[in-house]
Amino acid sequence: MAGSNPLSNLFGRSPIGPIQEHMKVANDAAQLLPAFLEAAHRDDWAAASGIFDRISEAEREADKLKRSVRRHLPNSLFLPVPRTDLLELVTIQDHVANTAKDVAGLMLGREMQFPEKLQRRLVEFVMSCTATCEQALVAIRELDELLEVGFSGREVTRVEGLIKELDKLEGRTDKQSQALRARLFRVERKLYAVDVMFYYKVIELFASLADSAERVGHRLQILMAK
Amino acid sequence: MEIISEYGGILLILACVFGFFMAWGVGANDVANAMGTSVGSRALTIRQAILVAVVFEFLGAYLAGGEVTATIRKGIIDADSMQDSPELLVYGMLSALLAAGTWLMIASFKGWPVSTTHSIIGAIVGFAAVGIGVDAVHWEKVGTIAASWIVSPLLAGSISFGLFISVKKLILDTEDPFARAKKYIPYYMWMVGFMISMVTLLKGLKHIGVDMDLGLGSKFANALPVSALIGLVVAALGSLLLRRVKELPNQEHRFANVERVFAILMVFTACAMAFAHGSNDVANAVGPLAAIVNTVQSGGLIAAQAVMPWWILLVGALGIVVGLVTYGWKVIMTVGRKITELTPSRGFAAELGAASTVVLASGTGLPVSTTHTLVGAVLGVGFARGIAALNLRTIGHIFLSWLVTLPAGAGLAIMFFFMFKGMFS
Repeated sequence: MAGSNPLSNLFGRSPIGPIQEHMKVANDAAQLLPAFLEAAHRDDWAAASGIFDRISEAEREADKLKRSVRRHLPNSLFLPVPRTDLLELVTIQDHVANTAKDVAGLMLGREMQFPEKLQRRLVEFVMSCTATCEQALVAIRELDELLEVGFSGREVTRVEGLIKELDKLEGRTDKQSQALRARLFRVERKLYAVDVMFYYKVIELFASLADSAERVGHRLQILMAK
Repeated sequence: MEIISEYGGILLILACVFGFFMAWGVGANDVANAMGTSVGSRALTIRQAILVAVVFEFLGAYLAGGEVTATIRKGIIDADSMQDSPELLVYGMLSALLAAGTWLMIASFKGWPVSTTHSIIGAIVGFAAVGIGVDAVHWEKVGTIAASWIVSPLLAGSISFGLFISVKKLILDTEDPFARAKKYIPYYMWMVGFMISMVTLLKGLKHIGVDMDLGLGSKFANALPVSALIGLVVAALGSLLLRRVKELPNQEHRFANVERVFAILMVFTACAMAFAHGSNDVANAVGPLAAIVNTVQSGGLIAAQAVMPWWILLVGALGIVVGLVTYGWKVIMTVGRKITELTPSRGFAAELGAASTVVLASGTGLPVSTTHTLVGAVLGVGFARGIAALNLRTIGHIFLSWLVTLPAGAGLAIMFFFMFKGMFS
């Protein structure tokens, strides 16, 4: 009988919370990569496999959240920001989780170990990549505050600052991946060719992880633009 | 004539029962719409909401409900056309009450959004146009009322849009929103007090026979300083309450503290909303009741200018309170649980926008729908990018219910009208 109340059905479910949750889970997947790398380096594939399972689980959880956001954003909702931009944001956030799983899966499948000479640089590079993901999450955490002030004013300036920092971090990963490739290029003749191919592939995947994290920030910028 | 003298007692008892039934329906369903937002945004607990509703619905009905009651009692129907057969008016108003009350029950059962105002107007116009004649209806007045149903959500939306933008500029989008909130919120409280006392002084008091004169020329000039003063008292009271809100460290949600300050303001707007609702919607039950009582007591003379007995407003106000206490609280709980998207800073803007519009309409004697006005106000906040998601489909349903309720109320009223006519003649 209380269903007669038009006001109770007036509000759609806020997409903001689930979107933030989705980014958190995607970032969780990315943050497991340094530990995975470390286990691979130790040649401890049982531990690496355990970490990969956790990454997969986070990726599955992210998929679930993504579907739920999409389901709860029908065309009949009236939102403070364009619906397409929100959906696009979730798609890009999902890339972060997918790429994390891809790179770990590839390394696990081939039991890949990078040459000792590259190891230090590789770890630094991956650390930068995960820091970029972390920063994307920091920016997305501001979404509810942005809603609170109606996507305008100081809060926008604040988030712009966070996105600038994100861009800087991503720029650093670019430089590091270049250096890593150059180093690999110098030693590749002494290595097994098929492995070398996949070393390049793994570096590329890490770079694309940082790239996705940066694009999350860019989508956020589009959301804030009037 | 003889019918009135013969069955006068029975007719009066019936009128009181049906009037109470209708008022009960208003209290059970409609009040929840007015109060649900405050409960949903955690500004009030269920108990507090019921207490506020009981007190302020009663005050609104008693102090400012006279004008709308007069409209429903004698503004819609041309009383002169019924001088020869006053019993028709009595049957008609009885059937209007019964039809609107029944329709309200059916709609609540089916879960349709429905407006008490629309059902009673539909019922009155229906019985008069079909049972008595098309000329018996003041069509231009009905046109004005219908127009006010379009204007009221628009006006409420504009006011709440402006209020939310001002909150954004003055409070939320600043260096220290918490301090700014404490500084500016008393001004909004003053607005609440000023608006309510203005309407009460201008339009309400004459219906209960109180006259106030400061000797400043016009009624309006008299009311201004008094209302400003009452507003100051309200603001002072609010400031005292605001002092008790202390800033808690919260890094995760930086606006949580600000919202706690707004929750205090929302208590005030909730009172305003209950007052506004009482001032407008009580008339839906009381207006027809007053028409019947007048006709019966004057022995069949339809006195268009008759004074309204004060106890009639009391019956309406009591009916609403009983409806609220027996059933309305359940509805408030359901609505309140579902409206979690409306934080106090939004809820206040929506409620103050709606309450101002409804109180203004009450002052000019126009019966408007509180629920629809509130929906318009919520939309206004949505347009100011203040709400995460609004369901456009529901809004469509609500607008449809406007149209459906009118013929439904009319149809039922016509049926009951001929039933009563057959029973008594």
